[in-house]
Amino acid sequence: MIPPPTPSDRAAARRRRFRSIGGTILSLVLTLFGLLLVTFIIGRVMPIDPVLKVVGDRATQAQYDAAYVAMGLDQPLYIQFYRYITDVLTGDFGRSISTGQLVVDDIRRVFPATVELATLGTLIGVLVGVPLGVIAAARRGGIVDQIARVVALIGYSMPIFWLGLMGLLIFYGILGWVGGPGRQGIIYDGMVPNVTGMILADSLLAGDWDAFRDAFSHIILPASLLGYFSLAYISRMTRSFMLEQLSAEYVTTARVKGMSERRVIWGHAFRNIAIPLVTVIALSFGSLLEGSVLTEIIFSWPGLGQYITKALLAGDMNAVLGGTVVIGVCFVLLNLFSDLLYRVLDPRSK
Amino acid sequence: MRHLLTTRAILLASVLAIAPAAYAETPADTLVVAHAIDDIISLDPAQAFEFAGNDVNQNVYDRLVDFDPMDLDKGFQPSLAESWEVSADGMSITLKMRDGVTFHSGNPVRAEDAAWSLQRAVKLNQTPAFILTQFGFTPENVDEKITFDDTSVTLHMDKPYAPTFVLNCLTANVASVIDKETAMANAEGEDYGHAWLNTNEAGSGPYTLSAWRPNEALQLAAYEDYFAGAPAMKRVVVRNVPESSAQRLLLEQGDIDVARNLSPTDVEGVASAEGVKVQDEPRGRIMYLGLNQKDELLSNPAMIEAMKYLVDYEGIAGTLLKGTFVPHQSFLPKGYLGALEDMPYSYDTAKAKQILTDAGITSGEITTNVRDLREYVDVAQALQASLAEVGITMNIQQSTGAQTLDAYRAREIPVFIGEWGPDYSDPNTNAATFAYNPDNSDEAKATGLLAWRNAYAVPDNMNKETVDATLEQDAQKRADMYIELQKQYQAEAPIIPMFQRIEATGMQDNIENWNSGRSVASVMYRQVTKGE
Repeated sequence: MIPPPTPSDRAAARRRRFRSIGGTILSLVLTLFGLLLVTFIIGRVMPIDPVLKVVGDRATQAQYDAAYVAMGLDQPLYIQFYRYITDVLTGDFGRSISTGQLVVDDIRRVFPATVELATLGTLIGVLVGVPLGVIAAARRGGIVDQIARVVALIGYSMPIFWLGLMGLLIFYGILGWVGGPGRQGIIYDGMVPNVTGMILADSLLAGDWDAFRDAFSHIILPASLLGYFSLAYISRMTRSFMLEQLSAEYVTTARVKGMSERRVIWGHAFRNIAIPLVTVIALSFGSLLEGSVLTEIIFSWPGLGQYITKALLAGDMNAVLGGTVVIGVCFVLLNLFSDLLYRVLDPRSK
Repeated sequence: MRHLLTTRAILLASVLAIAPAAYAETPADTLVVAHAIDDIISLDPAQAFEFAGNDVNQNVYDRLVDFDPMDLDKGFQPSLAESWEVSADGMSITLKMRDGVTFHSGNPVRAEDAAWSLQRAVKLNQTPAFILTQFGFTPENVDEKITFDDTSVTLHMDKPYAPTFVLNCLTANVASVIDKETAMANAEGEDYGHAWLNTNEAGSGPYTLSAWRPNEALQLAAYEDYFAGAPAMKRVVVRNVPESSAQRLLLEQGDIDVARNLSPTDVEGVASAEGVKVQDEPRGRIMYLGLNQKDELLSNPAMIEAMKYLVDYEGIAGTLLKGTFVPHQSFLPKGYLGALEDMPYSYDTAKAKQILTDAGITSGEITTNVRDLREYVDVAQALQASLAEVGITMNIQQSTGAQTLDAYRAREIPVFIGEWGPDYSDPNTNAATFAYNPDNSDEAKATGLLAWRNAYAVPDNMNKETVDATLEQDAQKRADMYIELQKQYQAEAPIIPMFQRIEATGMQDNIENWNSGRSVASVMYRQVTKGE
């Protein structure tokens, strides 16, 4: 017999909830701070001279020295970091030296392009990868399992650069089914008002179907490519999660009780792998956000991965740090999101 | 079965939905260019000094004098200035402004704008400012040294410089004429509109800048009131396509008109494709070998001479660089006033070995750094092989562009393989860096001079000749002076010019009059037309 909750119980529960929210925020702040500190130090000890990037190879020593001081590089490292952090707290991420623009504006431009691509990629990965993994596990050693294994093997071992180029050659160059590199065809460039920065979403908002179709024809190939790589990962993980569940006793019990195989697999086993699967999907989405540099280069996709890589090679630390913060926040949020989903999906956490 | 049918229907529908969009041809009045434009840092003429930035400024701004896009060999021509006069003592040049020209804002182009633009570039003192300050202008004196009245601008210089030198420098982008009213209306503090002009323009050129999204695309729109007539292409879209194979695919599919960064392999591929052609243009970049004179072995005159026979000029240009460079053995690129086209050296290891043996050198070891670019590494390995034939071991370490440049500027690279691109269209731009180094000490920190970077103590007569050539009033005599200078350089300098850059541009068959700017300028769009 459980007594009904008293007001003091409810207050305690509320306190717990606040404490957990407070803890989450604190860990978020600490994570980001640590991330910034490490990135900052790596950036400063890197043997690349950011001043040279600004003033160019032809600058005189006087021009070089002036820029060196103007960039605050004459100060000790901890003062530079302190200045950077105080600026960041006021929302000022500084100016990128490789584009000449405010880092905030740069990120506002490149991040939606990446999110659009990564979201579609993950969607494809999940929609194909999860069923593939489940079926592969259910019919272990069967034809689907073999196919899944080969698909995953190719996904793990093929260089993305090569696959991307072959994809372009076949589907764009020879068959002409999809649009070429770039986010849009030339005639649609700048036709749709920029609201979210994601062209698919913006063209839908504007109700411009031609622009949507054009944008879709450009995104589908790179997104499929990214989707393929996340599919390889997701299907392998799904398969092994499922195998573990299918050998559990409750599955045997369900089967003995005469439950249909479909219900055993989807109704029982699959529901139990939903929780770890969410984490796998969230991580895979996170890695697509930062790790699709090569895809972005091949498909002339002006996204965050390319932006950060280019900035890093130029010693453009404002841009690198700004991009790192965005990726860091994304990972923390994705973790938070999968935590929340856990609570929804796992009855015990209620 | 029903499942399969729906899947098929969805597949088919999506293929049909996508297919028509893929065959978009470029519109007849729009020029679509694929180019790596990710090097743009600033669009302000006072600061912009990268290729892609100069490409924009060349078209959105005019200068007092400019090149004729249909014939660059004619040299500088009247532009915003319709004529000029040099004072009897050679100390000043007065340029008379063309009447009735307007900026994109509608403001008239006045002598005041021209003078202000030059003064501004000197006062802001960004990297390209040296092109103007070499005539004796300083932020402090420039208001008195560059003057104007209602119809003309006058430059008062500190020496009687060669008029060709001054006027060639006025074709540089840093000398672009900016709309003073517009720039000052957007000024912040004392920046003369610098922050605003970094991302905007205020010119009078044949195109206006209608959009720029860094690392993605930029768009130019024709300026219908352009003084020399509205350009044929009403819109120019330049897309950032970093990958050569992607550029080639776009070109072959007809989605772009011009591809500017095709790799040699893709050039070959495009050349055989239907409806597409390739245009070769010599550019200003010189690939050279720099032998650091701090190194004992490399400073031996026999070693310097032998090196010139150890470069397989034809072989490297043909096999390794695949036509992106042609052999060229003097420091002035073809297309420049006084450029020497002699090529006295050829690949001859036996001769090199003889020279070294005569000087008592039979073995040696060098360790050098090379930038991790395919072509530089290839050249380095070719050199390594030919050095091995004469008993010298060269170890190659690879590092990034930025790292190599840092070390080079610190005089720490024994054998440097790299390129030098001229800063402006006058021969002094290369003479003053290859053949001029008045103080070879470490303390001089003349990091901008190639001779200093290689610790090359340029002989006094060469230093003097370089300076004298900037003062020669007669253009022909001046050209002769540069020829003499290059001959001596070719014979004795430890910096060995090897190749000149050839740029191959792939384009649709119907594109006429494309001009990347050859060795003296940046790309020009206003003369480009599109046939049927």
